[in-house]
Amino acid sequence: MSNTSPHYVRSEMLTPLPPPSSDASAAAWVRKNLFASPKDTVLTLLGALLLILVLPGMINWLFIQATWTGADRSVCATLVQGGTQPDGWSGACWAFVGDRFQQFIFGRYPIEERWRPILVGITLIALLVPILIPKLPRKGLNALLLFVVFPVVAFFLLSGGYFGLSHVETPFWGGLMVTLILSFVGIAVSLPLGILLALGRRSQMPVIKTLCVGFIEIIRGVPLITVLFMANVMLPLFLPTGWTIDNFFRALVGVALFASAYMAEVIRGGLQAIPKGQFEGADSLGLSYWQKIWLVVMPQAIKLVIPGIVNTFIGLFKDTSLVSIIGMFDLLGVVQLNFRDPSWITPVTPLTGLIFAGFIFWIFCFGMSRYSGFMERHLDTGHKR
Amino acid sequence: MKKRATGAPASDFSLRAMVYDPKIRSIFFQVSTAIIFVILVWMISHNVAENLARSNTASGFDFLKRRAGFDIGDSLIPYTADSSYGRAIFVGFLNTLLIAAIGIVTATIIGFLIGLGRLSHNWLISRLCTVYVEIFRNIPPLLVIFFLYKGVLGVLPNVKDSLEIPGVHIFLNNRGLVFPKAVWGEGSVWIAIAFAIAVVASLLIRRWSYKRQMATGQQFPIFKVAAGLIIGLPLLVFLVLGAPLSFDIPQGGRFNISGGSSILPEFFALYIALSLYTGSFIAEIIRAGIRGVPKGQTEAATALGIQPSTTTRLVVVPQAMRIIIPPLTSQYLNLTKNSSLGIAVGFPDLVATGGTTLNQTGQAVEVVLIWMVVYLSLSISSSLFMNWFNAKMALVER
Repeated sequence: MSNTSPHYVRSEMLTPLPPPSSDASAAAWVRKNLFASPKDTVLTLLGALLLILVLPGMINWLFIQATWTGADRSVCATLVQGGTQPDGWSGACWAFVGDRFQQFIFGRYPIEERWRPILVGITLIALLVPILIPKLPRKGLNALLLFVVFPVVAFFLLSGGYFGLSHVETPFWGGLMVTLILSFVGIAVSLPLGILLALGRRSQMPVIKTLCVGFIEIIRGVPLITVLFMANVMLPLFLPTGWTIDNFFRALVGVALFASAYMAEVIRGGLQAIPKGQFEGADSLGLSYWQKIWLVVMPQAIKLVIPGIVNTFIGLFKDTSLVSIIGMFDLLGVVQLNFRDPSWITPVTPLTGLIFAGFIFWIFCFGMSRYSGFMERHLDTGHKR
Repeated sequence: MKKRATGAPASDFSLRAMVYDPKIRSIFFQVSTAIIFVILVWMISHNVAENLARSNTASGFDFLKRRAGFDIGDSLIPYTADSSYGRAIFVGFLNTLLIAAIGIVTATIIGFLIGLGRLSHNWLISRLCTVYVEIFRNIPPLLVIFFLYKGVLGVLPNVKDSLEIPGVHIFLNNRGLVFPKAVWGEGSVWIAIAFAIAVVASLLIRRWSYKRQMATGQQFPIFKVAAGLIIGLPLLVFLVLGAPLSFDIPQGGRFNISGGSSILPEFFALYIALSLYTGSFIAEIIRAGIRGVPKGQTEAATALGIQPSTTTRLVVVPQAMRIIIPPLTSQYLNLTKNSSLGIAVGFPDLVATGGTTLNQTGQAVEVVLIWMVVYLSLSISSSLFMNWFNAKMALVER
């Protein structure tokens, strides 16, 4: 064979052509994603119309017309309403949020004692962040500190009465602080209790099974507000005469029991997804019941239902707002309480306060759901069917 | 081995063997749990009886017949302050049912549209729907209710400056939406009968057409015929009877608007808030359901030459329904339970009227029992219905 190529074989490469303009340009992207068909065009136009109608007005109200500083209602009320704004003015009253910010966070906690909740908050962050980052070591110790030591320390620090700290009664607790305490306790109680209830529901023993099913179904069947009413009105009746129980702890009991029932169902879903072979394998190795559950079944089951668990946490966090109905002042309750404050009554105060509270709730819930997505990808060992 | 086992029967009854016998262990645990439970219940009921006796609270359900003495703004059945507590609670129950029923319908429509929107190839629409879902899923429903009640409805004008849609006599003010009330004249019952006949006839025609299609392959335009029947027949009767319908037109006054029907702002705020909130969850369920149908199914249908709309109707939706129904049921139940949040804005639902009763009579145990029985039976009956529906829709395998 000859070494030279035949004359019709190209000896050098052509320079590549640019991609077809129908595929790469911005105009092409717009055509493909916004105006692909007549129906799409109509939908896009409707969507754009909606944005044009809503967005400028919203930005104007929230930021441009808004009042940012001020000490009382006059900055957020029009002349007719006894304020300084021109008639017909309407905008967000961020001055209200700025003025009452401390109250929204701490409620009526005494001002000179507020370093205590701040310290608790810093401790919480210091313990929570390392447990959320998967790479960091010593998870066991960390969890022990967070779920066992921290609540005890936090309780004594917040409530006081010992070690020279003045006693701050729970009616003075409020704001975001209460929301976070309720959610933290709810989460810390509902996970272990939920696991126990789920195991009980799957148990072979009819008595235990019936009790667990009864508890789970009754709690899940009724709204949280009736559970809170029950905790509020019935719990004192259940105790022997002369015993009293703090309002705050009644709500805490209600929220924790409610979350446990939901958690139990989520965990049960995980347990049911574990193949029978895993149970039998553990049995054949001679593991005891608790060893089997703790070492073989639970690690797999929990991993499967992490999204469900986080969703329950998010639900719990949102549900804590209901305690404002039974007369406690969580974040929403405090914001609402301030609407009635004569020094800030204006037509725009309620909307501003609610938008602020909604934003805080949103940040927490959105953060949790993002973290659960991250965890799901992190734990995905490729065994998923 | 066998010989030894039979040769040493005494060791089977030793204490050690008993402790490790799973059956005996199980009985021991169950009996001790049962004993603890019974003791707990006995202690609690003893404490309750003692506490009630000490505070001189009556027990029993006699209070249901006593005069309630409080007013209820929104009532589907006649109710005055002179009615009994039992009737008050029943009014609340009906309101709960009403808000649940229309809330479920609206939330399903919203959820369906938003869920499909998120799946759309249209970039703008899918982003808008994502923003909607992420906002409403992550804030408490109670906050949405307050937002609508205080924020949106709070800026509505007084009665005397009511917004009016001219010509149709619809007024909007801070006491709600007032609109003409339909007053059905004599013979209207025939219209309802005609409607019922049309529905039954449509069902029969559907059965017949299905049978015929199975036998011969001929299709029948069932949807058009049924729609024509259901709308046409009552309309025909209505016209034949000489249009027996008049309107009670609301008259705008200085302090109040008289006549007409009205929707209170509390009802409106609760209804819209629950629909928007639950709609965002339903949207995610719908999206997950449709994405859960393998792409091969659509492709196979296309390969068979089935039109896209028919593919959606006969291939994708029936399979997606199986994924959608179970979580959808629990969302419906959630909406029903969340309707109890109406108490925060003063909508008289079961929990609100029960709560007032509880405060006035102090009979906490009985009222809580009523709540539990009602909500539990609602949740059990709806899960029974959904189980039946689910079984009907479930994949029938060989």
